[in-house]
Amino acid sequence: MPGFCYFPHTEEDIREMLRKIGVDSLDDLNADIPADFVYKGEYDLPDALSEQQVREFFEGLAAKNTTLKVFAGAGAYDHYTPSVIPYITSRSEFLTAYTPYQCEISQGTLRYIFEFQSLVCSLTGLDVANASMYDGPTAAAEAMRMCVASARKKNTVLLSAGLLPNVRKVVETYAKYSGINLEYIALKDCRTSLDSLKALLESGDVAGAIVPGINRLGIIEDLSGFADALHGAGALLAEYCDPSALAVLKTPAEWGADIAVGDAQTLGIPLCYGGPYVGFMACTQAHMRKLPGRIVGEARDSQGRRCFVLTLQAREQHIRREKATSNICSNQSLMALWVTVYLSLMGPQGMKEVNDLSYAGAHYLYDRLLETGKFRKVSDAPFLKEFALEPLVDAKALQNVLCEAGFFGALLTEEGYVTFCVTEKRTKEEIDAMIDVIKEVRE
Amino acid sequence: MKYYDKLIFELSRKGRCGYSLPEQQFPGVTGALPAELLREKPALLPEVSEVDVVRHYTNLSQMNFGVDTGFYPLGSCTMKYNPKINEEIAAMPAFGGLHPLQPECTLEGVKEIYDAMEKSLAAITGMKHFTFKPCAGAHGELTGLMIMREYHMRRGDTARVKVIVPDSAHGTNPASAAVCGLQIVVVKSKEDGLVDVEDLKPLLGPDVAGIMMTNPNTLGLFERDIKQIAALVHEAGGLLYYDGANMNPLLGVARPGDMGFDIMHLNLHKTFSTPHGGGGPGSGPVGVCDKLGDIVKSLQTSAFNGNFGVILRAYAYILMLGRQNIKMAGKLATLNANYIKESLKDAYKLPIESVCKHEFVFDGLINDGGTEEKHGATTLDVAKRLLDYGYHAPTIYFPLLFHQAMMIEPTETESKETLDAFIDVMHKIAAEAAEDPAILQEAPHNAPITRPDETAAARKPILKYQDEALQS
Amino acid sequence: MSKIIEGLLYSESHEWVKVEGDIAVIGVTDYAQAEMGDITYVDAPSEGDEFGKGEEFGALESVKASSDMYCPVSGEVVEVNADVVDAPEKVNEDAYGAWIIKVKMSDPDELSALMDAAAYKALTDK
Repeated sequence: MPGFCYFPHTEEDIREMLRKIGVDSLDDLNADIPADFVYKGEYDLPDALSEQQVREFFEGLAAKNTTLKVFAGAGAYDHYTPSVIPYITSRSEFLTAYTPYQCEISQGTLRYIFEFQSLVCSLTGLDVANASMYDGPTAAAEAMRMCVASARKKNTVLLSAGLLPNVRKVVETYAKYSGINLEYIALKDCRTSLDSLKALLESGDVAGAIVPGINRLGIIEDLSGFADALHGAGALLAEYCDPSALAVLKTPAEWGADIAVGDAQTLGIPLCYGGPYVGFMACTQAHMRKLPGRIVGEARDSQGRRCFVLTLQAREQHIRREKATSNICSNQSLMALWVTVYLSLMGPQGMKEVNDLSYAGAHYLYDRLLETGKFRKVSDAPFLKEFALEPLVDAKALQNVLCEAGFFGALLTEEGYVTFCVTEKRTKEEIDAMIDVIKEVRE
Repeated sequence: MKYYDKLIFELSRKGRCGYSLPEQQFPGVTGALPAELLREKPALLPEVSEVDVVRHYTNLSQMNFGVDTGFYPLGSCTMKYNPKINEEIAAMPAFGGLHPLQPECTLEGVKEIYDAMEKSLAAITGMKHFTFKPCAGAHGELTGLMIMREYHMRRGDTARVKVIVPDSAHGTNPASAAVCGLQIVVVKSKEDGLVDVEDLKPLLGPDVAGIMMTNPNTLGLFERDIKQIAALVHEAGGLLYYDGANMNPLLGVARPGDMGFDIMHLNLHKTFSTPHGGGGPGSGPVGVCDKLGDIVKSLQTSAFNGNFGVILRAYAYILMLGRQNIKMAGKLATLNANYIKESLKDAYKLPIESVCKHEFVFDGLINDGGTEEKHGATTLDVAKRLLDYGYHAPTIYFPLLFHQAMMIEPTETESKETLDAFIDVMHKIAAEAAEDPAILQEAPHNAPITRPDETAAARKPILKYQDEALQS
Repeated sequence: MSKIIEGLLYSESHEWVKVEGDIAVIGVTDYAQAEMGDITYVDAPSEGDEFGKGEEFGALESVKASSDMYCPVSGEVVEVNADVVDAPEKVNEDAYGAWIIKVKMSDPDELSALMDAAAYKALTDK
């Protein structure tokens, strides 16, 4: 039997071990599997490759994709990744570690999660954050569940029509099987309508509302009056937000939100075809016990040394079982480390620059696009890095032309608008080049 | 491991920075965001230099134990070796810059990877269609249960609100069922640790959506009656869901799809060698039999298309394994588990003697050193003492059936030398307990910290930096 | 041997009831707190919440476990013991002094289904 680099056993090892166990062959150890089910014959899998062949195989596949200059967002943003981050996250003590249940040998993991929780609280302004969630949309679904769990006997959650389509879709999926009723807050003039919210509150069955801080048209929402209206009806406000933008924008806490959720992919995580990203969830002190997911807390060991542990575990699925708010088991720990290192490197000044550069680039592109005469404004409301315009040319043709020239932008919205996004990675030259391409698009 | 007590905030000094961004000029852009939309209170973010960041996180990492450090006999976690070629592939820039919504014509390679993964996992598991959207095992489980519910809803059969779960099941099973709007009904296990078919029969009826099982079960035992169980559940109109956490011993040996399971999830971060990352990211693809194909493709339970970076790693692993090596994977995992079991049953209580698969359960020490005056050493104490010897502890206090449960799963990537050394240490610890359990009860002695006061931590939670100020 | 007090009524799920007119003062027994170990949190309901007899009204949490509490009588919660929520260790220290909720009973006849001290002792001695 030829050796395989991941199986250390020699023939002699196997013989000795079988002897110790008291059986004759490896198959004897599977004698308890009914003969019908023992797989016979070859598996329909490719031949085993050597490492070099694996490299060549993936290089071949990689070449069948095209990396474009990204001028779109819609839930995945092309922000700059500092070189330090992958260097740290690939350290094997972080990468190959298990969940920190044995805290005495997991202080590394526990400390960075505590830092992550602190940073999420800092950005959202809220009191408590968990150790991360799978992604933004599932965090929103968990916020929906948390609203219903906190409000006795109310079963409706409101979703703004301004949330991204994938956020709504995931929340709808979770709601369908939980039997939670969803209603939609309408947009008015491209913003989530407070009037629409108030009308929906009249049912008396609303446990909470999930509203974007920046909506899917890139517009920064003015959430004045939302928290008051919801609290007056005994409901909670959950804000779906971009943590990168929160370095400069009014925070969920300042808007009076009880819960904040979103995806921290904007904090330096590469696009990577959609994952792994990392969701976050934070809430006020009052709702701490209903917060799902893992939470790390500070403790003292028997010698009084500061240390960190997974705490408040009695909320979680492995203890509460069917009474848990959620079934979530793991978080996206390594991605939380990614984000923690990112924020440590960027600091307040770096985050301000990221936002200033994105703002400037986005507004430069916005003005240049309008100058081409091929777009019309849809709103005068303020935006940061993402915006929507009404195309006066065929949107599909526009997308194709852009793609062929190596750009990705002009994502279509349900209203028939197109959205663009500019981050600190995009330069004036790139924008000008894209504008030149767009100028050539026919009606 | 060395105790290092800093938090990044404590290294912060005003004016330091660790980033590097270009200057940009965008002529003609004036104006700024209106003041009423800006935050009033600035964010508490650390100001540190790049070298501070590197030293801080490097020091943190040195207080951590990973598979690369040593042996992790964690039952039901399958802490096998994480191949480094996987990391190289996942880090290829050509994959990193792809936006999930960019035009399909620019993503031929990505499509091929998903198709190839689906084909490979189908071959390995006997299921037909897969979704890769779930980001973790519990997430896959939830998706699988949604599929079960959707199947019955489409048939107009709204009475099926119950799902049967063995009493040995992991906590995620009932939690996932609850999130999915299903009620749990528990089926008992027999003395031999297997599902009691006679107890199952009366539970089946027109209100049962299906059964959730893992095979081998959480005691590491193959459910020999699975053919009969599948027939009974199907006859009653229900579906069978397979929790793939324990798939490892079946790699190359047997297939859940052949046993009658209709839906299953896999843990790529267990069976398929992708790294645990300290608690994620993982990936929990869900596979189904043919008739559920439409449903599995239709459920959107995550942001985009799942954790692509993790899927890449798993596929690299499958290519290295190939059809030649997969046949040994499960068998060697089972060999390793039985070897440890037979070698340690003289010192640890073995409640179930029969041959195990990839893992097995001990129920504490045979001689825990307890007397009239002092308590004996518990499973927790054994676990903490193992840390002193450079091992991660096994899974403890699960399954709930055994009060001093210790679940050991070595995986196939551990050598005989590693297992022998572990067995020696476990014997040593047992001897220590018999002599003086205090050594174990005060363990770990050699870790960066000793056991924390978790009760105090839970009573007065400090969950973020500078929370201390608020606690007084 | 856990402590049991005469004059209180007991449920099978280890809650005690002290009757004060039409109010039932409810807590958990010494047996319950001993089973739980160090209690880290008392998940109590709010004033105004209503429960039926046998309905779960809250939970006790320890580091590694959670145990539901069931309301021995039907009625409306008129008071919640804030002390116990602030300092859950009080339940460990003095289970019978640390009441958790006061319920205005909607059907005092339900009290007859509860056990007296002797019957509860018999239950916990098993």
